[in-house]
Amino acid sequence: MKRRSLKLIASVLFLAALAAAQDVASFEKRVTVKKLPNGLTIILCERREAPVFSFFTLVDAGSAQDPMGKTGLAHMFEHMAFKGTDTIGTTNYPAEKLALQKVELSYAAYIAERDKPVGRDEAKLKQLEKTWQDDIAAAQKYVVPNQFGKIIEQNGGRDLNAFTDYDETAYHYSLPANRLELWAYLESDRFLHPVLREFYKERNVVIEERRMRTDSYPIGRLLEQFNAAAFEAHPYHRPTVGWMSDLNSFSATDAEHFFHEYYVPSNMVVAVAGDVNASTAMPILEKYFARLPARSKPDETTTVEPPQNSERRVELKEQTQPLYLEGYHRPGYLSKDDAVYDAITDLMSDGRTSRLYRALVRDKKIAAYSAGFTGLPGIKYPHLFAFYAFPLPGHSTQEVADAIHAEIQRLKTEDISDAELKMIKTRAKANLIRGLADNEGLATNLATYQTRYGDWRELFRSVDRIENVTKADIRRVANATFNDTNRTIGVIETAPPQASAPRGGAQ
Amino acid sequence: MKTHAMKTRTMNLYRPALPVILAVLLTALTAPNSFAQAKSWQQIPTPPLPAFHPAQPKRIELSNGMVIFLQEDHELPLIDGFARIRGGSHDEPAAKVGLANIFGRVWRTGGTKNQTGDQLDDFLEVRAAKVEASGGPDSTSMSLSCLKGDFDDVFQVFVDLLRNPEFRADKLDLAQKQAYDAISRRNDEIDDIAGRESTKLAYGAENPYARQPEYSTIAAITRQDLLDWHGKYVQPNHMILGIVGDFDSTAMEAKLRAAFESWPRGSDLSDTEVSYTPAKPGYYQIAKEDVNQTSIQMVALGTTRNNPDYYAISVFNQAFGGGFSSRLFNDIRTKRGLAYSVGGGIGTNFGHPGILEFAAATKSQSTVESIKALDEDIDNLKNQPITEQEIKQAKDAILNAFIFRLDSPDKVLGERMTYEFYGYPADWLDKLPAEIQKVTTADVKRVAEKYVHRDQLAVLVVGNTKEFDQPLSSLGTVKEIDITIPPPPAVAK
Repeated sequence: MKRRSLKLIASVLFLAALAAAQDVASFEKRVTVKKLPNGLTIILCERREAPVFSFFTLVDAGSAQDPMGKTGLAHMFEHMAFKGTDTIGTTNYPAEKLALQKVELSYAAYIAERDKPVGRDEAKLKQLEKTWQDDIAAAQKYVVPNQFGKIIEQNGGRDLNAFTDYDETAYHYSLPANRLELWAYLESDRFLHPVLREFYKERNVVIEERRMRTDSYPIGRLLEQFNAAAFEAHPYHRPTVGWMSDLNSFSATDAEHFFHEYYVPSNMVVAVAGDVNASTAMPILEKYFARLPARSKPDETTTVEPPQNSERRVELKEQTQPLYLEGYHRPGYLSKDDAVYDAITDLMSDGRTSRLYRALVRDKKIAAYSAGFTGLPGIKYPHLFAFYAFPLPGHSTQEVADAIHAEIQRLKTEDISDAELKMIKTRAKANLIRGLADNEGLATNLATYQTRYGDWRELFRSVDRIENVTKADIRRVANATFNDTNRTIGVIETAPPQASAPRGGAQ
Repeated sequence: MKTHAMKTRTMNLYRPALPVILAVLLTALTAPNSFAQAKSWQQIPTPPLPAFHPAQPKRIELSNGMVIFLQEDHELPLIDGFARIRGGSHDEPAAKVGLANIFGRVWRTGGTKNQTGDQLDDFLEVRAAKVEASGGPDSTSMSLSCLKGDFDDVFQVFVDLLRNPEFRADKLDLAQKQAYDAISRRNDEIDDIAGRESTKLAYGAENPYARQPEYSTIAAITRQDLLDWHGKYVQPNHMILGIVGDFDSTAMEAKLRAAFESWPRGSDLSDTEVSYTPAKPGYYQIAKEDVNQTSIQMVALGTTRNNPDYYAISVFNQAFGGGFSSRLFNDIRTKRGLAYSVGGGIGTNFGHPGILEFAAATKSQSTVESIKALDEDIDNLKNQPITEQEIKQAKDAILNAFIFRLDSPDKVLGERMTYEFYGYPADWLDKLPAEIQKVTTADVKRVAEKYVHRDQLAVLVVGNTKEFDQPLSSLGTVKEIDITIPPPPAVAK
């Protein structure tokens, strides 16, 4: 096991020397971290290549935190964080505030009538809906639409966007370096005084997003059902975008509650990378982000997914070509074996030397593409290591499943080769270096590692963890994980057009 | 801790591919220097941006006509290279559509006379290096990426592939199987269908930038075709090579001259005639019953970037169909809540006309309503032309974001290579800010009137027609488009 060729050692040393400029010590000089009294962590990384900067705000709460019956709420709030504040996006905030309160009251009355299990009064419901819509129209009068985004765009903002996943919600864009203070104001203000205006129209936009990414997209339909089957107890079983009925029910008040519970400074990390000088920039950031009030950390209790003890299967009959997917439960990212799973991902999937490509695509010629990956649907909690393949015309999902299983069997019973192990470790180092090449990537990585490990330096240590992976580790983890009772299968099989049922939820 | 693209994420803002967000100079919205605690965003000072003159790549022309750009970048110990070669899918014969794409795949996977593609895979991957090839509409390309210490090894592979590819038959067979698979899957998703079919409407179904490979055209491609393509196009006088990274230009130049100077010039190429025959204006429909959202694409022929109207078009696109500030986003998405994805503009390309397109995706039950809303916004351009304020917003956005065109050495190199390839002046980008500054309200009105004609648009609708709010025929005559995939030729591949 410990036998290594001299050549391999020489190569590793050579790489280590090359990477010297990209190690922790060199970054220590460029990275400044400050935890503010309210609990918010700021990371500044000086990179003076051009007079621009990028930032990444990471809120350690995602759709896994959505309350029961209100799936999609984390993502909905993310949309609302573009709607402005009490000073941006309004012509008269005090009046608008009252108008928005009326909308919430009339919406609550409408929903109460709509959701009556018995004795619903249709005429009254119509009236209540009209009142709610009238109140929305009244509040709309005070809105300056999209002013928040417009300010950023007018100042040269680039890649203005955000995303929500199971584990986190993140906001990011880039600006010319002379807009640092403007950015600090805007980014802190959106979490200091968010105003959830135009909520119900934006909810329709989000519903369209669901239709696009899930209901009208075959792989989206499969993934939603697959996650629901693989996780029975943990919130990973629910879609990030939300179930259709929840999207048609939750309120701005609900989103505000979510915000107050989870957008807590101690639950947030803001990383900035680019043409910034830490000694002058940090006071500016402190000045604005210190405005966020300290609040207690949210309750992080979640149900632990119980061990799976029998294979589960989801099979969709679609008017599309087939797809095979399978996933195995594995521990969360803090597991001591996390790097072993990363090594297996690389071995099985990375490029034309990967085992799945060589077996299914090159040699057996039964798949157009095949790979394995970890992190489905998130990483924070115990999740899935997955494999998938797109069968070539004339080949079945069973054929590709058998071929994937043969490769898994090899992992369990034979040591991987010295050359493979070397390749995995070399690529891990090279990928780290390539990931340092731009402000966006740096800000994303620093914020993510700071959040997940409490220390951005873990970005560099992750390579050391891969370096320590042994052949025995790979066999051990493969044997512990890739078992049929721990497996969920999701397949798309081609159905003739007339056999299909209507999609999606009620509208 | 590794995550994957298949991970479920939802993004807030959809950016349409079409209105290429152009960009330009840095005009500071300067306020007097008041460094107190800002109470509102208007009070925040914007200091002048420091002067920024990124290094230009060194241009070298070899005696055989090969053009080389060298761009030093010493931030990380990496070297990347990219050779762009004239000849792409728009030059392939109609009976062999897909040839340039297959060529791009097999060029690399088929190996060289000295090593098989599989041997190259092993050789490169153990160094975490890449050499990859691909085929596009106007060109094919070969790229390399490696740690600088491996450059000599990797460059040797790169040169060997450029000069001595073998196009082994087993890899051609594999590429054809994968192309078959892609054809079989091309009607699985509405976005794919809408993108492909609207391009055919804008350019004409037989146009080389619109046509698609079929089983028969893929089956017709032989190894000899690949050898012939290589012999005709992959010649030093048809090639632009850019190298960026941690090297010394003098030493690199010597290395490249040693590798390429003796390569004899190939024969000249003649331009392929391309004709554009846009579809008749009107409504086109494709029924897809397994969806609950409709893709709407209104298209016509766009223009090229050497058109003097390009700058006014860029401002128009930003104001009408670009980001958060645009009319379409504000009306269709924010005000009406009809769509998550909406946008469009007068599309432009460097080498051939772009596509003028306005697009939205909306629930089946608001299909006709959304078409009418888009129509209204387009018609409104006449009654309420883009205002001075909208133009200022658009120009500021373009000019202030201009720096992102130049903020890394590889971007600067990429821009220069593009201008060289398409015969644009080397300082084309430098002039952009001033040209955008000059655009007036009247210019924007003029280009809107010149290019955007609602009654000349081909309106493509892909969706669950049975669930539409009203039949599409309520708007006008509807032509159904048949997207049935023609079966493979008798001898299965």
